[in-house]
Amino acid sequence: MAASPRSTVEAAVKPISRRPASNAPWPLNIYASAVGKKWTMAITGLIGMGFITVHMLGNLKIYLGREELNHYAEGLRIFGDPFVPRGVVLDILRIVLFIALVLHVHAAYSLWMTNRRARPVAYASRRDYIAANWASRTMIWTGPIVLLFIAFHLLDLTFGNLNPSFIEGDVYHNVVASLQRMPVMIVYILANAALGIHLWHGAWSLFQSIGVNNPYLNGVRRVFATVFALAIVMGNVSFPIAVALRIVG
Amino acid sequence: MELNAHVPEGPIETLWNEHKFNMRLVNPANKRNFKVIVIGTGLAGAAAAASLGELGYNVTAFTYHDSPRRAHSIAAQGGINAAKNYANDGDSVHRLFYDTVKGGDFRSREANVYRLAQTSVSIIDQCVAQGVPFAREYGGGLENRSFGGVQVSRTFYARGQTGQQLLLGAYQSLMRQVDAGTVRLVPRTEMLDVVVVDGKAAGVVVRDLVTGEVSSHSAHAVVLASGGYGNVYYLSTNAKKSNATAAWRAHRKGAAFANACFTQIHPTCIPASGAHQSKLTLMSESLRNDGRIWVPKDQNDVRPADEIPETDRDYYLERRYPAFGNLVPRDVASRAAKREVDSGRGVGPLKNGVYLDFNAAVDRLGEKEIFERYGNLFEMYERITGEDPFDTPMRIYPATHYTMGGLWVDYNLQSTIPGLFVGGEANFSDHGANRLGASALMQGLADGYFVLPATVGDYLAGMLGTKTVDTAHEEFKKSEADVADQTRRFLGTNGKHSVDHFHKELGKIVWDRIGMERDKAGLESALRDIPALREDFYRDVKILGDGEGLNDSLEKAFRVADFFELAELMAQDALHREESCGGHFRVEHQTEDGEAERDDENFSYVGAWEWKGTGQAEVLHKEPLTFNYVHPTQRSYK
Amino acid sequence: MQFTLKVWRQTGPSEKGAFATYDASGISEDMSFLEVLDVVNEDLIEAGTEPIAFDHDCREGICGSCGMMVNGQAHGPGTRTATCQLHMRVFNDGDTIVVEPWRSAAFPLVRDLVVNRSALDRIVESGGFISVSTGAATEANLIPVPKVVADAAMDVAECIGCGACVAACPNGAAQLFTAAKMQHLNLLPQGQSERYQRAERMVETMEEYFGGCTNHGECQFACPKGISIDVIAYMNRDYMAAKTKNRKLTGQA
Repeated sequence: MAASPRSTVEAAVKPISRRPASNAPWPLNIYASAVGKKWTMAITGLIGMGFITVHMLGNLKIYLGREELNHYAEGLRIFGDPFVPRGVVLDILRIVLFIALVLHVHAAYSLWMTNRRARPVAYASRRDYIAANWASRTMIWTGPIVLLFIAFHLLDLTFGNLNPSFIEGDVYHNVVASLQRMPVMIVYILANAALGIHLWHGAWSLFQSIGVNNPYLNGVRRVFATVFALAIVMGNVSFPIAVALRIVG
Repeated sequence: MELNAHVPEGPIETLWNEHKFNMRLVNPANKRNFKVIVIGTGLAGAAAAASLGELGYNVTAFTYHDSPRRAHSIAAQGGINAAKNYANDGDSVHRLFYDTVKGGDFRSREANVYRLAQTSVSIIDQCVAQGVPFAREYGGGLENRSFGGVQVSRTFYARGQTGQQLLLGAYQSLMRQVDAGTVRLVPRTEMLDVVVVDGKAAGVVVRDLVTGEVSSHSAHAVVLASGGYGNVYYLSTNAKKSNATAAWRAHRKGAAFANACFTQIHPTCIPASGAHQSKLTLMSESLRNDGRIWVPKDQNDVRPADEIPETDRDYYLERRYPAFGNLVPRDVASRAAKREVDSGRGVGPLKNGVYLDFNAAVDRLGEKEIFERYGNLFEMYERITGEDPFDTPMRIYPATHYTMGGLWVDYNLQSTIPGLFVGGEANFSDHGANRLGASALMQGLADGYFVLPATVGDYLAGMLGTKTVDTAHEEFKKSEADVADQTRRFLGTNGKHSVDHFHKELGKIVWDRIGMERDKAGLESALRDIPALREDFYRDVKILGDGEGLNDSLEKAFRVADFFELAELMAQDALHREESCGGHFRVEHQTEDGEAERDDENFSYVGAWEWKGTGQAEVLHKEPLTFNYVHPTQRSYK
Repeated sequence: MQFTLKVWRQTGPSEKGAFATYDASGISEDMSFLEVLDVVNEDLIEAGTEPIAFDHDCREGICGSCGMMVNGQAHGPGTRTATCQLHMRVFNDGDTIVVEPWRSAAFPLVRDLVVNRSALDRIVESGGFISVSTGAATEANLIPVPKVVADAAMDVAECIGCGACVAACPNGAAQLFTAAKMQHLNLLPQGQSERYQRAERMVETMEEYFGGCTNHGECQFACPKGISIDVIAYMNRDYMAAKTKNRKLTGQA
């Protein structure tokens, strides 16, 4: 009965995305929307932040010496002992982290593509941004840098393929061996800088995405993001520097 | 032409309900078969289109804006009146009715005004239910304020943006119907003719402003809600695109145009800053509650305001009207300001304003309190003028604001063309010769939500079984051809001056001679000068581009062409009305104190004019006004 | 004052556009930016060039018709200012001012600086209302609304629908517009019964036409009404809640 096109917009404007299928299962239905993807990025980002915090804190044990660090590494493997076999909890955590990473990257890529479609013709004049800072606008670059670094980092220190003298179980040795290489040290520091920038926006942004917004918290969000990003970067970057200054190794 | 107001017999209190009961109804299954066209999507248009859509009629709504939400109702600031008596201060439907008739200087139809006052109550209910965020008391109830010099608090408001919030409410209701498929919305499309077949409104001819395509649309009934004609003055507080074309084209097709000379000048606007001025901005009337209006006593006084001592200032309103002081009604305040400026005592770089000074209020209440009351207005003023009202007094001057005149309608809001209904500011309305503050929003919504859906339905019931006229009908073709001819004529003129040039010239004539004060000689000269200027316009206008795309100059040319004819009618109406009443002040008719002198004996009627063709004199018809409930008295604000 | 204007000229959506340079001299600092365009247009008409097309109407910052990128900012420099309220005193004499239409897939260009913003209407159409037909309302004071709620609703209801948030957003997202309307209605008691259907429908309609939010925060500075991005957070929360609540409303687990 409705006149066609019913809405004035239907005649003039082409949609850039399809509506989420309403009969899709709950998580897929949510993930199909951009708001759902932002939720996904926030939650997976939180998982990543949790991991990165534990990772950095654990690695600080390097300053207590070889024994302490290797003991900590072993502790990760025997987590849950004697209820579950050795390494199982760690593998489960690795799977969770991997899924979170894949979702985070996919959601980011997919939003990026949507946003490119949303402005097919760019502004011809120079934009004068007021609020959008270099951190928020470079997420799409700091993200892939961190991703590539993670790949390298895993091959270097988890699987050992790219490590000059990998000894399974001797984390202290592996780290020192890897970071003694000058290029690796530089890559390590640069990647952590990118990570810091990424976190500085992400750790603030995630509150918006999941709707945590109240007057008591809003002032703290930016402070939290700054402190968090700084702490992670400072902790992580201290390792190559410590190796270079022969404090460690 | 015969003017029959179709006011039913009976006591005024139950008239509207009785009338609604006596109306014919349309079976729900038949409603879909009736096509209704609504022109304009402001308060009246959007409300009518939404309500008719909800009822199930097949509605098409046209607007020349890109969205219904842009209509100029959005700019109303102050508020909306309703006889809720929440303040328990003695308000009632009867008092609102009384105030409106009296405020209108006894030139409105009692039955219509009573209905307006009755309906006002339901409007507030409707708008609150739609989610209009009216100001609230701490207890959660609706807050009221007193407005425009009335003695009861009956004005509901949403900060300084009441019009915006009410329009958005109506717009949202309209969009809900668009989604439901009952209303088809056609934006960026301007109505250029009403088509009348066999004496009834049969449809409209419109022009798509983006493609230039001219098309015909037929319907069982047409509702015009296209707003007022304040832009005939060029400079007014109306939006740039507000125009009289839809109403005027209807007039040319046989709809009588009533009380054209009743125009309202608002006293508190920011004065023009130069020849480039494109429109004027209104500052809310509420400023007069705390501001004192003055000019220097000496016309050669060039000192800045703060260096002029009290003894050299003339607080002329307080001096002349000790009882009401700065709070005299709009027309009185406006004329007084004009006198001061005309006498050379105006202030500002162009000496075209008067001071509105908050110093005394700041001394009394403190800067903080004043900022709380008027902060947003002060900011707005500073943005426009670059002056901070806390440092230098505001400069204000009157500007055209609202037009009480419009297409003549009967009690059913039907014009003299059957099937053509007119709502909102476009009709000659319930405001008589002068509109009270916060009443325009009330009238637009009363017409749109409550009156038109009922009366249009009654008309349609009588059309049961009829088909709409085929748009291939010769009357449609003739109208389309007229529009095409006019387009060709404008584009082919290739003269020397832009449309705006002529509009400004016209505005000067109308402002000077049919503005705040009118006299015989001025009106007669206007009647000579306007046609002369119109001929110049047709001979010498320069419009570039073509008719097949967005062409702002061409749009304006259509509108200005109609303003020329309307201005002439205004002059004629003003000339014939040998009295002063409301917004119409004839210099010849004033008391010894310079106040308006009404002539109830000879002019207690609505003057409705009938178009007789280009170059022919319009013919006056009179609808006598009788007052059975409110007895005419002379206004006095001494 | 004297200015050089670089204005985007494009005769139609599929034609090629380019900047054209015009001189605007004899400009008073009291003029609004649109009045400068008026002056330039009058000169252009005199010279036989078609005037610059731009949307405008009320010229007091409330109708939302006007809108253009002025020197790379939506509505130009200055906070809480629509283009029509941008006065020349904020510029320096002799400045070059670059003017460009708003760019978004959802805002197809019509001509010069005019774009079609109907997609915003479409979002309202999909749920930006409270379903109450004329005559179906109860007595107004039967619905008490706490003053703080009414004030907060009014803060966001002030949106003028100009589309500056979309234009300013690096992603072309309409989240601020959508969230403002949603928040206005979702805050009020009258809007509760449709709250979660509204959230779902409006967000999903918005996403058909516009980009997604990545929390740049550019929109709130472009907004002539200064609406805060806080509302976007509330919208995200309501949308997520809607996904389960809408199911539970029908008794399903």
